[in-house]
Amino acid sequence: MNTLIQTFLSGTWGTLSLFGVTLIGCLIGGTLLAAMRVSPIPVLRGASAAYVNVVRNTPLTLVMFFCVFGLPYLDIRFGSTAAMNSFVLANIALIAYTSCFVAETLRSGIATVPVGQAEAARAIGLSFTQVLSFIVLPQAFRTVLPPLGSVIIAMLKNTSIASAFNNRELISAMRGAIEVRGDIVIPLLLATALVYLALALVIGRVFDLLERKLVILR
Amino acid sequence: MKKLSTIVAGAAVGLLALTACGQEGTPEVGGEGEGQAEAPEYTVAEDVDLSDSETWEAANSAGTLKVGVKMDQPGLGNTEPGSDTPAGFDIEIAKITAAALGFAPDQIEWVETVSANREPFLQQGNVDLVVATYTINDERKKVVDFAGPYYVAGQDLLVAADSDIAGPDDLAGSTVCSVDGSTPAQNITDEYPDAELVTYDTYSKCVTDLQSGSVDAVTTDDAILRGYAAQYEGEFKVAGEPFTEEPYGIGMPKDDQALRDAVNDALEASMEDGTWTEAFEYTLGDASEVEQPTVDRY
Repeated sequence: MNTLIQTFLSGTWGTLSLFGVTLIGCLIGGTLLAAMRVSPIPVLRGASAAYVNVVRNTPLTLVMFFCVFGLPYLDIRFGSTAAMNSFVLANIALIAYTSCFVAETLRSGIATVPVGQAEAARAIGLSFTQVLSFIVLPQAFRTVLPPLGSVIIAMLKNTSIASAFNNRELISAMRGAIEVRGDIVIPLLLATALVYLALALVIGRVFDLLERKLVILR
Repeated sequence: MKKLSTIVAGAAVGLLALTACGQEGTPEVGGEGEGQAEAPEYTVAEDVDLSDSETWEAANSAGTLKVGVKMDQPGLGNTEPGSDTPAGFDIEIAKITAAALGFAPDQIEWVETVSANREPFLQQGNVDLVVATYTINDERKKVVDFAGPYYVAGQDLLVAADSDIAGPDDLAGSTVCSVDGSTPAQNITDEYPDAELVTYDTYSKCVTDLQSGSVDAVTTDDAILRGYAAQYEGEFKVAGEPFTEEPYGIGMPKDDQALRDAVNDALEASMEDGTWTEAFEYTLGDASEVEQPTVDRY
């Protein structure tokens, strides 16, 4: 029993590390993509739209295939160990994929900020970057907190795909546990679902709190 | 219209490239190749009466025997792309068993089982027998019964033909690939922590990595590795020092003594009259140095 708990704990840690790195990465990536999408430079707008449309419409498994087996062909490797390399590659895939959804969510938030505010900000001499970072994005983020929570929870569950590409996380822990304890397969599946549920509920709770403190209702 | 066909062709090429990725390294198994032995045929027993066995009664009145097999283990139970029937040593064993129980090969319904659903499938009656690289162990005996073993596999290493790795003790400092969560992968973590473990969801990804040199060895049961070594002759070899024992058994619903005795009898008979050897040579190759296991009627 103890070894099972040990297995699941290390699996949960694996899932949380993937989640943590991807969370930071996709918030940054999503913000950049959204900013490009509303920028005054047509090339940036087009690039962002094209990227979002291509990556968002590709299954995550394929995105990960390209990252894990494609990048090494270009001699792109990270870290000295295979485990480190796979961890980074899986995170790149997750960030590349989730950023699209963050960007689209954020874009819907940007649309809720009245144009007058941006014009007023321009009129007092703020640059585009300043308008975006001081006036528009703070309000946009606060408006889209509820849907952003859903995107982040979906990302948590998407980390499970990394188990097929040399990352040890909850699904690997579950597979390993089933291999040694064939007599309790269904309980093990339920336990795995429970851990995901618990993690997702915590994320949901955090977003609820943020929402209560920050959200702007118009 | 021309534009459309260009797009379709482009997409098809892309898809081909992808499937090539996924299927690369799956050895040919089965009787399609030239020069291979004819598929062995087994005499189907007539007038079998196992009315003491609930499982057999149900299967007999339905006219089909549902057998759970793996479809992604080359040499043992594997379905080639484009084929709808599996092939391999497990499949032959299943046919031998079915024949002894009075079912012809076309009366067998193949059900794909993976490691996670073998016990639930048996408990819920989705399958009557499981012949799926199913290692007999005490935890599993709590919920299902085993006949056999019909083969004792052992964990081994597949390495490049010019590799210095001859056994698990040479693994320190090298990377070794296996399937995520599998027993071989757990053995490496527990027994050989100096080796760096890489895990994927299929062995073919491991073989791709072995080809490109990203990993130094692939490890799993020797029977599966033999299939790959045969396909990549001259490129890969099996180290040949099995370091675990994995007795493969035929899983069946618990407490069906009549069925278990019948299957054990069938396995013993096949080992005595040479059909076991025939099945082995047809699927896994030379059986002259392979020891037949003794059936364990626990």
